[in-house]
Amino acid sequence: MPSSARQETRETTGTAETKPAGAPRGSGLSLLLSELRVLFGRRRTWALLLALAAIPVLIAVAVRISSAVPAGRGPAFLDRITQNGLFVAFTAMLVSVPLFLPLTVGVVAGDTIAGEANLGTLRYLLVAPTGRVRLLLVKYTGALAFCLAAPVTVALAGAAIGAALFPVGPVTLLSGDVIQPPEAALRLLLIAAYLAVSLAGLSAIGLFLSTLTVVPVGAMAATVVVSVVSQVLDQLPQLEWLHPWLFSHYWLGFGDLLRQPVLWDSFASNALLQAGYIAVFGALAYGRFVTKDVLS
Amino acid sequence: MTGAAGGPGSRTYGLTIETQGLTKRFGQQVAVNDLDLAVPSGAVFGFLGPNGSGKTTTIRMLLGLAAASAGSVRLLGMDMPGKFQVVLPHVGALVEGPAFYPFLSGTANLHRLDAATRHAAPATRKIRVNQALEQVGLSHAAGKRVHAYSLGMKQRLGIANALLSPRELLVLDEPTNGLDPQGTREVRNLVRSLAADGTTVFVSSHLLAEVEQICTHAAIMSAGRLVAQGPLSELRRSGSACIRLVTPDARAAMTVLARLGLSPEPAAAQPDGEVVTAALAEPHIKGYRPGPDVSALEAVTPADAAPEGIVAHLVQAGVRVRGFAVERESLEDRFVALTGEGFDVAQ
Repeated sequence: MPSSARQETRETTGTAETKPAGAPRGSGLSLLLSELRVLFGRRRTWALLLALAAIPVLIAVAVRISSAVPAGRGPAFLDRITQNGLFVAFTAMLVSVPLFLPLTVGVVAGDTIAGEANLGTLRYLLVAPTGRVRLLLVKYTGALAFCLAAPVTVALAGAAIGAALFPVGPVTLLSGDVIQPPEAALRLLLIAAYLAVSLAGLSAIGLFLSTLTVVPVGAMAATVVVSVVSQVLDQLPQLEWLHPWLFSHYWLGFGDLLRQPVLWDSFASNALLQAGYIAVFGALAYGRFVTKDVLS
Repeated sequence: MTGAAGGPGSRTYGLTIETQGLTKRFGQQVAVNDLDLAVPSGAVFGFLGPNGSGKTTTIRMLLGLAAASAGSVRLLGMDMPGKFQVVLPHVGALVEGPAFYPFLSGTANLHRLDAATRHAAPATRKIRVNQALEQVGLSHAAGKRVHAYSLGMKQRLGIANALLSPRELLVLDEPTNGLDPQGTREVRNLVRSLAADGTTVFVSSHLLAEVEQICTHAAIMSAGRLVAQGPLSELRRSGSACIRLVTPDARAAMTVLARLGLSPEPAAAQPDGEVVTAALAEPHIKGYRPGPDVSALEAVTPADAAPEGIVAHLVQAGVRVRGFAVERESLEDRFVALTGEGFDVAQ
């Protein structure tokens, strides 16, 4: 190691110290890219996404091989699939909201910090050094990316299998208007975005739970349980005062996106509610993680 | 290697690691108790102690992974954990064994950890990763998933991670754990060459032979406390030395030795005579106090108490000296003397 090179590196840091607010050379972005690469490069994430993609496939195949579904039975839109393959995607998204999406998001969000702690890589990330706040932000951003990828996967897989097995045609909206397939596809992505926003609050809860333990499975299970409990509470009429505060309250409220013109009210209320959950549980995760002794 | 401005890199600090009253409590248990560590710049510092004596906890506090219950840490002349963003890029660490993503390759793991490092230039990342892998002899397995690595390979990869950027301080916690003899040798050579470049190396270990071979300084922990610290030569010397005398005239010899202020003890006899041992009273020995009856005797000068003085007195008194040796404690004796014997030393 030539000593002149060493000296140069040292001087660079010397100047960095004089302006502590000075942004390091793209290191935040560097870490985020690395996080996304690790998250979407690992087999587990692919397995989760494949499992989600299997939902529309199962629905489409079941409808294809069975006789016509009588109207008004089964999940909404199910009876329309034989006339229009795009409804496979709508049906699959509706079906996956209560359990499958929260389950996969719970796995990813619960793993954020606890997974690193469990592998022991958390201590190496921290002494690298990665600031704890930066790590939390990067980890949460990664979880959000998965929140988006999950419903998009369902939508794309649904549209693809629907188009393959059934005719595709104009879609009649809840308001009675008819839109063409390209616009229907756009509405599908809009619903996927709605679901991604819906899952952001749950991800924040998962992130917080993940800072409490070094056992990732514990944080994952706890996150999923929380989502189920929230949905159960949302069903109890005795707790009506609580319903608007439950993060799962608007999860199925994407019907407004299937009107002409689009009603954005539920999207806005949902986004506001999720932002509240992100603020509260983000702060809790911060409070917990910044002072935590990393002993694993 | 001394620069002009302050801050890390310019080596204006005297001690690379300095702790004052560093304490860590876990509930009732005190894991690290009032630690005053002083690691001079450029030293290869052996951090010794039995299992459970608080070495790793200390290292965690040094690196800001755990918060101290009391006391302060200065690394490269700056406060930790307050200045970690400035300090830690200059510190390479292997803490409590290597840890990696098993589903990524060795190279991908290093890329990941380098991406987490502030100031690590992405442009040179590929070169630096390859260099580090080469330094620890892992180039051939760089593309394999860490899942398939042996413990020794993971250990090497951990060391490679510590070497990703030019460092001023390397903190290596049990660096040769799980390595074969060749690997151990390579690590020793690596540490020596890094130290020759001016890097301060802080090695925690319970392998004394290893420390004796590579370290210039050492500190010994026992049950959370620092029981000894200093240059290795001084540590060895501050252990008590004793003389071992072989003679047929044991009784006379013991009288002479007692007159010189020593407390002789008979040891197991040898074929060529009886054996008498006595702790050598060296004035420069830390903690040496003359026995209570010294004042009652004729004045004993330092020259009389030196080994050659003792022999002269023995011969003068007609003792037939068949063998005479000054035996010093090995670092291991010193270690055991300071930390206790047996398996339950940490309690």
